[in-house]
Amino acid sequence: MTTTTEKATWRSSGGVRGWFGRQPGWVRGIIVLVSAILAFLLPYAAEVPLIGPQIVTEGIDWPSALFNMSYYVLLALGLNVVVGYAGLLDLGYVGFFAVGAYGTALLTSPDSVLYADTGWKWLMAVPVALALTMVAGLILGWPTLRLRGDYLAIVTLGFAEIIRIFATSTTTLRGDRGFASIPHPPGMWNGKPIFGVTDAVPYFWLGLVVIILVILGVRNLDRSRVGRSWLAIREDEEAAEIMGVRTIKYKLWAFAIGAFIGGLGGVLFAGEQGFINSQTFVLQFSILVLAGVVMGGSGNMAGAILGGALISYIPDRLRGISLGDTDLYEYRFALFGLVIIIIMVLRPQGLIPSRRRAMELKDREKEVAPQ
Amino acid sequence: MDFSGLIDNFGPLTVTGLAQGAIIALFALGYTLVYGVLRLINFAHSEVFLMGTYACLIVWGFFGLDQNSAAPGVGGMLLYLVIGLVVAIIASGVTALAVELVAYRPLRRRNAPPLAFLITAIGASLFISELTGVLTHRNQRGVPPIIQAKPLFTIGDTTVTNLQLLIILLALVMMFALDRFINGSRLGRGIRAVSQNPDSAALMGVNKSRVIALVFLLGGLMAGIAAVMYDLKIGVTRYDAGFLLGIDAFAAAVLGGIGNLRGALLGGLLLGVLQNYAAGLFGSQWLHAASFVLLVVILLFRPTGLLGESLGRARA
Repeated sequence: MTTTTEKATWRSSGGVRGWFGRQPGWVRGIIVLVSAILAFLLPYAAEVPLIGPQIVTEGIDWPSALFNMSYYVLLALGLNVVVGYAGLLDLGYVGFFAVGAYGTALLTSPDSVLYADTGWKWLMAVPVALALTMVAGLILGWPTLRLRGDYLAIVTLGFAEIIRIFATSTTTLRGDRGFASIPHPPGMWNGKPIFGVTDAVPYFWLGLVVIILVILGVRNLDRSRVGRSWLAIREDEEAAEIMGVRTIKYKLWAFAIGAFIGGLGGVLFAGEQGFINSQTFVLQFSILVLAGVVMGGSGNMAGAILGGALISYIPDRLRGISLGDTDLYEYRFALFGLVIIIIMVLRPQGLIPSRRRAMELKDREKEVAPQ
Repeated sequence: MDFSGLIDNFGPLTVTGLAQGAIIALFALGYTLVYGVLRLINFAHSEVFLMGTYACLIVWGFFGLDQNSAAPGVGGMLLYLVIGLVVAIIASGVTALAVELVAYRPLRRRNAPPLAFLITAIGASLFISELTGVLTHRNQRGVPPIIQAKPLFTIGDTTVTNLQLLIILLALVMMFALDRFINGSRLGRGIRAVSQNPDSAALMGVNKSRVIALVFLLGGLMAGIAAVMYDLKIGVTRYDAGFLLGIDAFAAAVLGGIGNLRGALLGGLLLGVLQNYAAGLFGSQWLHAASFVLLVVILLFRPTGLLGESLGRARA
């Protein structure tokens, strides 16, 4: 019932989204296909006259910047499931990214204590590392999901800190020394490995393929019973429980799926870098991803993608640029903080909000109490 | 497991823990006050504290004091301490008000969703700490020896220094004063009213905006005092000092029951002491891991913290 009436409103609304919704199916299909192809051509953006040189990064190789964006986007998509769909505030999302990366490293790197027994190829380690992250999601979720709102936030934050402290302080996880020589993804082309050391373009494409698969998977979940349960939990947990939604079960689902996607990001990251240590997984990282999701528009995948791409792109773009004597790269996070404030003050619902959220905000704005 | 490290040093660990916990408790008050009224985590509170740690160093620098200068006499010590406290309080209070004005007020006008406030606060926190980092070249800055830690008295085999005693006493006095202010004064009644029901309070003639600004200011004042104590105890400060201690302070506020003033005191002291025990038992690198495990265990049995949330409800 609700879905049909809602669709009717947004289709008839103006703007790009309303126009897109009114097009017949084949037009929408073509538009989606063309944008996917354009995304795959992004590494060659510098060739585009006029606009191209403005877009590409100067201080860092452009394909590498694109790869960075791709795993940030993956993390944003995963966190969007937890925060945007299920409404669970997770401040320690980097923990899952770390579990994915460390899982891969432990199973494949020659520095690992397991190397004599495993010493696997990257591809073999992937399913095990991902299973490990999902288990980590369940372990974190099972005792903590009774907690509401901000209490959950501090516990998830603590979870990420504990993982980081483990990585720093135990000899098995090697702290700062980290794991070197993590193998790259497999595949040969003309007698040379596709995933080499110098060229980041194949990694970006791999990331893009994973992103597209994740989008399809999450979209289907969102439209299923699971997605409707998440929505009910987010809007009013007590009401959802009374109506027979098994809240704990679906919250665990959200955590496990979010963990899985975060783990994917970690596995890709380990495969591209070939080296990880405990310095990568600082708390600021999770907070940055959260800022990306909310800034883009939490609860909407297009928003999460945009937000995830921005949090990686803005600092990378500022690299190697100087104004007079000051190097802007030094100021990147300070400037970034300013950008976050400005975007959120101008658009509290996010850059591309979910339709439901946007309508809610319109209602809320009318209800402002006398100041 | 080796318990001798803990048992042999039980007394000293407890006293150090109490001093550390007193600083954490003062810091945690800012989180608790804002949460009690707005139901929001003020993520930028760590930078309110950070500004305090730098402000008193800068003003001591005006008097020609740096980390290598000799310790002043008793009169000089008191004078510098009071000046440092006043300046740090002003700096932290102004920062807190600025955060409220820039990151909270515009969103409140539009009745934005709670997550939006969290993100602007994160933005403000990032801006202040990173700017400090760039301006100080990410180096740490030493603190002049305003108060030389001297053993004051001994209980059993535990020596208590004058600095530890000062920190603990100051924290207790400030807590008592704040408690009286919230529960006894007219402005405090306004704060409690807004925390119980903001809209009703507004209809009854409480100026909501002013109450919210006041709450930020009070949190800033407490953070300023905590900042001076931190400087004197730790001896250095750095651009990320606020962020690192802020996690502890936030955890302490949650542990005691966020929104509850006495909870913040209890949570802070408990966290400080237990962190030191954990450091004695497992080694100092496990200090934070232990405190978070403790937090999770306590929240499992008391999901709203030890004393529950109650800035307005019960008489705090």
